[in-house]
Amino acid sequence: MTDQELIWRIAGGSGDGIDSTSRNFAKALMRSGLDVFTHRHYPSRIRGGHTYVEVRAAEGEVRSRGDGYNVLLALGDSFARNPQEDAYYGNEELKPLTENFDDLREGGVIIYDEGLIDGEQVEEVGLHEKAEENGWHVYPVDLRAIAKEHGREVMRNNAGIGVMSTLLNFDTSYYEEIIGEVFNEEIAEANRKVIEQGADTAEEFDEHPALQMPTAEEPDAEQALVSGSDAIAYGALDAGCRFISGYPMTPWTDVFTIMSQNLPKFGGVSEQVEDEIAAASLAIGASHAGVKAMSGSSGGGFALMSEPLGLAEMTETPLVLVEAMRAGPSTGMPTKPEQADLEHVLYTSQGDSTRVVFAPGNHQECYEQIRTAFEIAYEYQIPTILIYDQKLQGELRNVDRSFFDRDPDPDAGSVLTEAEIEEAAHHNSGKFLRHEYDGEKGISPRTVPGQKGGRFLTTGNEHNPAGHISEDPENRVLQMDRRRGKFEYIREDLDEKGNQTHHGPEAAEYGIMTWGSHQDTVFEAVDRLNDAGHSVKALGVSDMMPYPVEEVSAFLESVEECLVVEMNASGQFRGLTQKELGRFGPKLSSLLKYNGNPFEPAEIVDGFESSIDGEDLAATNMKYVPAAGD
Amino acid sequence: MSAFSAIGEDREIEQDEFTPGIEPQATWCPGCGDFSVLKALKQAMPEVGRTPDETLLCTGIGCSGKLNSYFDSYGFHTIHGRALPVARAAKVANPGVEVIAAGGDGDGYGIGGNHFMHTARENHDMTYIVFNNEIFGLTKGQTSPTSPKGHKSKTQPSGSAKAPLRPLSLSLASGASYVARTAAVNPNQAAEVVAEAIEHDGFAHIDFLTQCPTWNKDARQYVPYTDVQDSDEYDFDITDRQEAGEMMYEVESKLYEGEVLTGRFYKDDRPSYGEEKRATGEMPEQPLAERYFDEDVEWERCADELIDKHT
Repeated sequence: MTDQELIWRIAGGSGDGIDSTSRNFAKALMRSGLDVFTHRHYPSRIRGGHTYVEVRAAEGEVRSRGDGYNVLLALGDSFARNPQEDAYYGNEELKPLTENFDDLREGGVIIYDEGLIDGEQVEEVGLHEKAEENGWHVYPVDLRAIAKEHGREVMRNNAGIGVMSTLLNFDTSYYEEIIGEVFNEEIAEANRKVIEQGADTAEEFDEHPALQMPTAEEPDAEQALVSGSDAIAYGALDAGCRFISGYPMTPWTDVFTIMSQNLPKFGGVSEQVEDEIAAASLAIGASHAGVKAMSGSSGGGFALMSEPLGLAEMTETPLVLVEAMRAGPSTGMPTKPEQADLEHVLYTSQGDSTRVVFAPGNHQECYEQIRTAFEIAYEYQIPTILIYDQKLQGELRNVDRSFFDRDPDPDAGSVLTEAEIEEAAHHNSGKFLRHEYDGEKGISPRTVPGQKGGRFLTTGNEHNPAGHISEDPENRVLQMDRRRGKFEYIREDLDEKGNQTHHGPEAAEYGIMTWGSHQDTVFEAVDRLNDAGHSVKALGVSDMMPYPVEEVSAFLESVEECLVVEMNASGQFRGLTQKELGRFGPKLSSLLKYNGNPFEPAEIVDGFESSIDGEDLAATNMKYVPAAGD
Repeated sequence: MSAFSAIGEDREIEQDEFTPGIEPQATWCPGCGDFSVLKALKQAMPEVGRTPDETLLCTGIGCSGKLNSYFDSYGFHTIHGRALPVARAAKVANPGVEVIAAGGDGDGYGIGGNHFMHTARENHDMTYIVFNNEIFGLTKGQTSPTSPKGHKSKTQPSGSAKAPLRPLSLSLASGASYVARTAAVNPNQAAEVVAEAIEHDGFAHIDFLTQCPTWNKDARQYVPYTDVQDSDEYDFDITDRQEAGEMMYEVESKLYEGEVLTGRFYKDDRPSYGEEKRATGEMPEQPLAERYFDEDVEWERCADELIDKHT
């Protein structure tokens, strides 16, 4: 166990204030100068059901969830169903305690609310034996009673914070400062008293754990605590997006909510509509009329967007979609992460897919790549999709505040002004030639309704330069080649952006490739592997389409073998890589996980070592798929 | 100056301006009711004073969708059933644009039924024309949502077991604020109704009976027809929701007994969606589309507006 880092879990039922407490806690640690990173585990229920949030904090870079955790604040589930009866789902009241035994490190700390979880129950689940076995320090405290004495029951989380302040030597001044910012004075004062009494109560314990809170110098640069969803929404707003349409679906709802709450302040509009077919179609309509627009969903809703997506491809209407993956197929596991929608996003909709797809690897890339998605979509008149997952959307991490100090992008792309329309090509009847063959980089500039002299026709049918339906073979090939020919220029633009991220020693023997949200976890694993004497480097790929063929080829050429890490059961990214490169098959093996929980860095370390040693991973949550040629 | 100078332009407008130089002659079957929709629309435009460059016509898929090819304006021939969500967002994006959507009975009442309900409910200031020929024409004669019970087709060889959908009642229940039915065989009424619908400030729905001489030969040619506003037999208040609803029920029932009743059935002057949304503060006064052409707009920055709460 590394004592320099804290990995703190607060566990309770949905509705017990787990989310808000962990957010305040993470922010307090960030203000104190620590790097923080959170991981959220929750059920698809409004009230009750075991949920926890992990906050990992240390001095120095923290960029991923860690390995297990070392401090548990178990509140018990105050919304549990029939806690006194045996149920199919087990004793829910106790789950915030019992479900967290497996991952607690040796020497770890458990603080639980004995106001909700009584001693008899704890005996039944064998906590004391387990504690002895693992060297855990267990502190039962009646948090409920403390909370009720000074305020309301829901404040028991802060009673727990108070207990921690004594046991772990946690300075609560930043935490209390935040309490003062989020609550009115009366409630804040009650919470402060709860914290104080929690701290006093813990003085009763003679024995304190060896583990103490990490501390740090105050940071040089002001930090901001953001989620992946925040980063995507803020990137979209700064990209000049002023219209969003959507339908709620976990985990995409977060981006939709953040946009909906902020668009009115930014002079934009959000539309919650009847379904995702409408959502994508509205974004197309708004974009057609001249507004930078987006929509999005998770896998199931994105399936409904399949046909409008094709319409945007065919009519060359700029469109930005986001797809927040969760475990599938079908309704799957609504609140659990997975990366199994890659092929869905790349290929859904009839015909040859003509879209650009980005998979950002962390929060900063979320912000930057959604901005790029708007740039490309509006310049090249092509749909662009940002694919991310439940993991990245909800993880909070600190980012330098100055990172967001960017200028907004009001450029509507390849749209003509009325003065330019006068000069542009028209059919002799006065109709603007919207889909001309010979535009630069395949781009035929567009006009928008209401502009004088700009009227044109467009259609999801194949069409001629004037936008009229045409099944002429020569026209067909010219239009297809022009639309698909944009990829070459888009690839050039993306190479300049450098969306792929390299990590580790350049002259390494082995490679690990990943895409999307596991990038920084893989990088942490790579650092550990190199520290342990291995020679490994990593590549996090973000451009899914058009694929960065040259860059990935060079990477694969430089290594003996490459392990592809992704969170799905069929190795979709590895398959894409083999399809795009047409070689390197014998070098590529897969490390897969699809049980609903993201990889921990140690798992990737184990997976890598097992793969080179040819060991079996059957006893783990992971699966190894060896190389199989092209 | 507005970046959209076609909007609100004050000039004489000729009906011919709406005839495109490409494909001026429609290719619908001889005797098709769709010709009448095109004609009525062309007649209505000068009447309401809107030009091709300030009009957006969005269509669905089917014979009705060809309307875009034969009517010159900004045109977006979308996909089956989805003309309404595309059209209504264009209205939100730029309220100065005159937005008209059109599709068939399968397009609007079948595959796009959900969008029909919700667009009506939202009461966008736009016009929706449904070419109702009680059949799927372009796919060669399958039973449609408005085909009568017992209708035989290749896909319902023993006759449809389903009663037809009631488009007017559905429209009223969903929230349309102007509901009318006209018929291809009644061009004068059709042009008047289309003009009224365009001028109406809200979601105006026209169920336009368009005979299909090729695939629905058995169907009536929608003659003789009665205009309920011209008939002494019918007396109801089109601003009274209950009376309108009863009248619609009768009109729909009578169609399947062979009697064609047309006219205006409902009109409500409640505020349109744009007005309602602006009143909540969630839609700006300046059209969204304008700001991309307006150099005086100060673009908001997340760094200034939103990051503080994260620190």
